[in-house]
Amino acid sequence: MDLADLYRDVIVDHNKRPRNFGRLEHPNRTAEGHNPLCGDKLHIFLDVEGDLIRDIRFEGRGCAISTASASLMSEAVKGRRVADVQHLFASVHDMLTRHDAPVPAELGKLAALSGVREYPARVKCASLCWHTLNAALADEAAPVTTE
Amino acid sequence: MAAEPGILAPLDVERIRRDFPILSRQVRGRPLVYLDNGASAQRPRAVIEAERDYYERHHSNVHRGVHTLSQEATGLFEGAREKLRRFINAASTKEIVFVRGTTEAINLVSQAWGRPRLQPGDEIVITWLEHHANIVPWQQVCEQTGARLRVVPIDRRGVVDLDAYRAMLGPRTRMVAVAHVSNALGTVLPVREIVAMARERGIATLVDGAQAVPHQRVDVRDLGCDFYAFSGHKLFGPTGIGVLYGRERVLESMPPWQGGGDMILTVSFERTTYNTLPFRFEAGTPNIAGAIGLGVAVDYVESVGMERIARHEHDLLDYATSRLLTVPGLTIIGTAPEKASLVSFVLDGVHPHDLGTILDAEGVAIRTGHHCAMPVMDFFDVPATARASFAFYNTHAEIDALVRALGIAREMLG
Repeated sequence: MDLADLYRDVIVDHNKRPRNFGRLEHPNRTAEGHNPLCGDKLHIFLDVEGDLIRDIRFEGRGCAISTASASLMSEAVKGRRVADVQHLFASVHDMLTRHDAPVPAELGKLAALSGVREYPARVKCASLCWHTLNAALADEAAPVTTE
Repeated sequence: MAAEPGILAPLDVERIRRDFPILSRQVRGRPLVYLDNGASAQRPRAVIEAERDYYERHHSNVHRGVHTLSQEATGLFEGAREKLRRFINAASTKEIVFVRGTTEAINLVSQAWGRPRLQPGDEIVITWLEHHANIVPWQQVCEQTGARLRVVPIDRRGVVDLDAYRAMLGPRTRMVAVAHVSNALGTVLPVREIVAMARERGIATLVDGAQAVPHQRVDVRDLGCDFYAFSGHKLFGPTGIGVLYGRERVLESMPPWQGGGDMILTVSFERTTYNTLPFRFEAGTPNIAGAIGLGVAVDYVESVGMERIARHEHDLLDYATSRLLTVPGLTIIGTAPEKASLVSFVLDGVHPHDLGTILDAEGVAIRTGHHCAMPVMDFFDVPATARASFAFYNTHAEIDALVRALGIAREMLG
């Protein structure tokens, strides 16, 4: 296990300069996520029309893995259909948790997070944003927690 | 141990380290640098062997059989209780209740002492820097009884505001429950003074000593508290064993907490009479091996000497504080003048969680997170901190390794 495999350049870059960071002026879906173990908090704002995610922004504070994951996710899902996003989530989940699974090409830049699976304690950091996104899409009022 | 009165020989740390088998292991290809003693300390070989010897040669249930093994097990178990009594200078072994740990001890007091006597409007006073284990049991008993929880503020250094505390003590105050040492900040609280102010007004007191007993000599009669709680595993003993000290007169006034075997004198379906102290609070088969191991842990630290331990750890704290302050972007959280040997800190641009992972790759184990003290994190407006907590087997070289690893973290993410 090499640390450089966890903190790849893409992760470091997205942690320092998270994309789509901040609030949406007029979101029609939002959700909050919380990882009580490390105190990470995340707020996701969506502009959804029909089954299209027209825009997404997020804010909060968390570790490099959690921030980079949210940033990469925001890029990956913007302009995509909800059904595609749910499929993508399943692939990301496999990548984070299954040691033997090959990383599918459709994940694109998200593949930078594949090193996380060697660090079981950090999987929740990477998956918090996806669970929160799911909650926002489902319009769930209660905050999501990783516990 | 001392060469001359008042002069203590320094610790032979290298020799002490050889007593702790785990300290010679490697983590991720590097020598382990264990700086997470505040979460749980490591065990000397003597403790590990005492538990094994007990299971290999003496195990049976305690306080029951007339056969040889049961008598040996009882002798060892009660012998451990006497060691613990002496260690904290309790007046009697009746005042030493074996529990699973500090958390269980505080729950026992909140339920067996608090629940029967607290009335709506009564007040329980804690401080802002308590561990969740000294917050939640009190919140629960407040919900059950209608009592109110009041919280003494701290200042930016992490020092408890004694004037505010004094002002908070009133006719409805029933209990003052405070940490001896803050696990998140390292602050040593003036518990003697805090207890004295409460006692003058006839208010009961509990001291959470989980972070204090491994680092300094504790004398419960000198402190004057009604209850003192601590855990074995932070004191180089086994997990799942701890001690609740309770003043005999106060314990006598309390009903049992849990029902079952060992806590009774007689049982019929009409009526049960309860056992004497401390057995009334020890329902069921206790953690016999754990208690024996903890007794041996106490023997061990006493053979090293609590004063020498305290002095070595003060030196570690001073060294760690000055070295950490040389790290650019590092802020120490908790700067009380009186501190135990732990340092909580944050590093600009590097989340504590990432620090924990990066330091681990260098073999350095520290705690990162909220340290079960979320109100403290909120007070300092940080989601989490990194915490290096030292024991008497730690060295300057290990602190250097920590500082070096922090440099790597900064390079990687800062």
